[in-house]
Amino acid sequence: MSDAKKVKFSLDGKEAESHQGVNLVQAIEENGTHVPTLCWSPGIEPCLGTCRVCTVKVNGRETAACALKIEEGMKIECDTDDLKDLRKGILELLFVEGNHFCPGCEKSGDCELQGMGYRFGMTHPRFPYRFSHYELDYRGVHLLLERNRCIHCKRCTELFSDDQGRKVFSFVGKGKDTRVEMNLDLEAKMPIHKCREAASLCPTGAIILKGQGFDRPVGTRRFDNPPDKGSKNG
Amino acid sequence: MADKKVVATVSLAGCFGCHMSMLDIDLRLLDLVQLVRFDRSPLTDIKKFTERAAIGLIEGGVCNDENVHVLREFRLNCDVLISVGECAIMGGLPALRNDIPLRECLEEAYLTGPTAVQGQRIIPHHVDLPKILDRVYPCHEIVKIDYYLPGCPPSADLIWAALSGLLSGKLDTLPRELVKYD
Ligand code: SF4
Ligand code: FES
Repeated sequence: MSDAKKVKFSLDGKEAESHQGVNLVQAIEENGTHVPTLCWSPGIEPCLGTCRVCTVKVNGRETAACALKIEEGMKIECDTDDLKDLRKGILELLFVEGNHFCPGCEKSGDCELQGMGYRFGMTHPRFPYRFSHYELDYRGVHLLLERNRCIHCKRCTELFSDDQGRKVFSFVGKGKDTRVEMNLDLEAKMPIHKCREAASLCPTGAIILKGQGFDRPVGTRRFDNPPDKGSKNG
Repeated sequence: MADKKVVATVSLAGCFGCHMSMLDIDLRLLDLVQLVRFDRSPLTDIKKFTERAAIGLIEGGVCNDENVHVLREFRLNCDVLISVGECAIMGGLPALRNDIPLRECLEEAYLTGPTAVQGQRIIPHHVDLPKILDRVYPCHEIVKIDYYLPGCPPSADLIWAALSGLLSGKLDTLPRELVKYD
């Protein structure tokens, strides 16, 4: 990025600097402020923009930071109490929309949704639980689709393909009836390393490797330990 | 001893795991009993409030009409009400039935399930039996809840942090590293 043109912008009222074409999340982080992201992580291009957990204000309007590139003169708000609360509210909505029974989930401790809850200090969602019905799909040879836990982030549909570049996951239906589906023929032929890859790409426990899970003691999993103390974001 | 704070606890649709975790504060129990007196609680077997409580700890969600009644009684008799554990906060494992119609659940349990006893296939119903609700409700959807201690169960350390913080009037926010959902 060092060849790219420098851009100046304002971040929470202070002057900040980055380079043309840099993702907004990264541009903000370069200037010492953390932006929480769930569906996005560095390297995901183009961004999925599905979870909205990275919401900041750009020139007075709320928008997903991961979906934008930094531009000269942008006025960005990120670390304000209102925005922190808004981001927490968005996360809470993800929790009430699905059925997230953490105590009984194979992914618990390694789930990025849960990890974000811990990072935000969420003790409970402020919205009523929907308890909608979702069909489980256990027809796969290696993988189980636990749709109760799907946050419709599109990682599996957009970023995953089998060894020969074929899409295995897709979305079916519209609006609140959207559900993730798996191509059973392709799934049956997938080697175990690809199945593992799919399961770990899913930020929640919606794609689960059959017969696995609960294989490490509590305390040794990814999100068991305190989030990095440096984080100012809640 | 007159200035001991009164604490009440109850298990609604829970498994008593949260109460076990309360006991898991180990030696700190000795500190706790210097500070509080337990009124209505399974720990004392006192079944009705004998005086107003400063703190009420609720384990379990609300799955029947008796739970609703007890929870409301706790709200009326406690200054501060705390949802303890996943079941109180979101219904927990009992709420796995929430997307299945009640009739289907009851039929599976008492009529068609493999454990239903031959010749005795009836859905229990009697005026003295609590009526099962259409779904399991988180406590805060029934009454106002002041604090939430997540976990299944919440760790003894989290329970201690909350209780000791409240009793000393120094509870600011819960230590984040103790907040877990499993
Ligand atoms: S199954 Fe997982 S990766 Fe796919 S959309 Fe749902 S949450 Fe995202
Ligand atoms: S991280 Fe930006 S929308 Fe999900």
